[in-house]
Amino acid sequence: MQALYAQLLVGLINGSFYALLSLGLAVIFGMLNIINFAHGALYMMGAFVAYFLLNIGGINYWWALLLAPIIVGIFGMILERTMLQWLTGLDHLYGLLLTFGIALIVQGVFQNYFGSSGMPYAIPDQLKGGMNLGFMFLPIYRGWVVIFSLIVCVATWFLIEKTRLGAYLRAATENPTLVRAFGVNVPRMITLTYGLGVGLAALAGVLSAPINQVRPLMGADLIIVVFAVVVIGGMGSIMGSIITGFALGVIEGMTKYFYPEASNTVVFVLMVLVLLVKPTGLTGRAA
Amino acid sequence: MTALTDDTLPVTPRAIRDEMIVFVVMALLLASVPFTGVYPFFVMQALCFALLACAFNLLIGYGGLLSFGHAMFLGTAGYCSAHALKVWALPPELGILVGVAGAFVLSLITGYISIRRQGIYFSMITLALSQLLYFIYLQAPFTHGEDGIQGIPQGRMFGLFDLTKPTVLYYVVLVGFLAGFLLIFRIINSPFGEVLKAIRENEPRAISLGYRTDQYKFLAFVLSGTLAGFAGALKVFVAQNASLTDVHWSMSGEVVLMTLVGGLGTVFGPVVGAFVIIAMQQYLAGFGQWVTVIQGSIFVICVLTFRRGVIGEIAHYFRRSL
Repeated sequence: MQALYAQLLVGLINGSFYALLSLGLAVIFGMLNIINFAHGALYMMGAFVAYFLLNIGGINYWWALLLAPIIVGIFGMILERTMLQWLTGLDHLYGLLLTFGIALIVQGVFQNYFGSSGMPYAIPDQLKGGMNLGFMFLPIYRGWVVIFSLIVCVATWFLIEKTRLGAYLRAATENPTLVRAFGVNVPRMITLTYGLGVGLAALAGVLSAPINQVRPLMGADLIIVVFAVVVIGGMGSIMGSIITGFALGVIEGMTKYFYPEASNTVVFVLMVLVLLVKPTGLTGRAA
Repeated sequence: MTALTDDTLPVTPRAIRDEMIVFVVMALLLASVPFTGVYPFFVMQALCFALLACAFNLLIGYGGLLSFGHAMFLGTAGYCSAHALKVWALPPELGILVGVAGAFVLSLITGYISIRRQGIYFSMITLALSQLLYFIYLQAPFTHGEDGIQGIPQGRMFGLFDLTKPTVLYYVVLVGFLAGFLLIFRIINSPFGEVLKAIRENEPRAISLGYRTDQYKFLAFVLSGTLAGFAGALKVFVAQNASLTDVHWSMSGEVVLMTLVGGLGTVFGPVVGAFVIIAMQQYLAGFGQWVTVIQGSIFVICVLTFRRGVIGEIAHYFRRSL
């Protein structure tokens, strides 16, 4: 049973990353109509920024948790201003191709300087050690990742669904021209939205740095799994992305325990099954 | 929304004659390669990728469907052919047939699944399916995992042509490429191809005209996947191995890049794009990961400033369809 709980925890952690990343993808897709292929590369950048902050600037994990998403978010906003904004009005597929190119560039540059091997990032002192819960041993850092991700996800949901800013955002998603007519600066909102989505990816990167090592290709395979998560959940609803992300992480973790050979493929197999039964995705509307 | 290949002109009889002339020139140029001292291995490799890119282009350029998983057909056909040649010791022609059959079956299955969604979702689904297949091949015993299938015997085609001789192999690959190219050319100029273009331009209208668009897209997917498999089967004879790199997502990305550079929805663009990208890899092989960075930069530049691609720009300048 110990092993089962351990895998459940691993599943919840992976689920946190799926949720944070697919949430960002959904937010970006809503405003920009772009599937951000660079999301995995930007997640990797988040982890690297945390690594640089610690090893060059001596800035600790807690500040990195705040600074890395801001730094990578600004990088993302620069990308949006200089490149993505020119795709307005073109077929969605060009956005996919452009961001795929950006992902290749970013990953290639990091691979040149850091090879393909991983670099360790120490768990902060306050979160070291573990707790005995009676039925299992819980490493504190891992528990922290799950709880903190959950809080960030719910906060993002609250921001978009319950605040005035979120209302503008949702309105601009439906009809940008009309929202502009009301005096809202929609292009600036689009830039900020991209920054927000990218920041969420970078945050996931910082959270994962102490668990998975900091590697240039850490986001490359992850983004494909997240795409499958997005296909399963659909991008219509924020809460849908969060729940699907966590649920698939847990299912993947369970698979690792019961049938480890299929743990790499289970998310993709589930995607196939969902497509056969309900082609629009679990929460999605027809695209 | 602007369609992917907004600027391409409609195909007139006149344009088809132009295209036939260009085709003959291309065929003659390629046929003279063994007499020029150009490294034949490089050209053979480029021809395999050119056919793969043409097959991919059939789907995106004429059906409007961007598959981000075309490497799965290349790799699957490669594994099937390699297994048939090495383990079953079949002659080359049957080895190719086994590979193409493998890609055909795979395209039936993946087409049935992925055609249910359009646009961006279709791309994500094909990418995810190819990643699923990658993990299956990583674990399946017959692919030999990370090592791949190596040292594949080339044998005698129809008992006549000794494929171990580079020149003979070159002409066999060339004939295979030209046959595949002509088949694609025939498809896009057929009534079926016209319906496909209509779907790309405006699917609801095609539906209202009474076309079952899903069936057309499915057939296009199967044709494209099977032809991509043919390219993969030919590649086995050139490279003499079948490995996981052929199934990896980065390979799918390269196919997209080749077609984009040459020109989406142009007849000859994928061929030009394949030669450009393969040549680039050849000459920049010493630069390590910078090749990835350069490829990414080409993606960015093409999408931002050069969406018609090389052939698309030429065709646009001369107001012809090529």
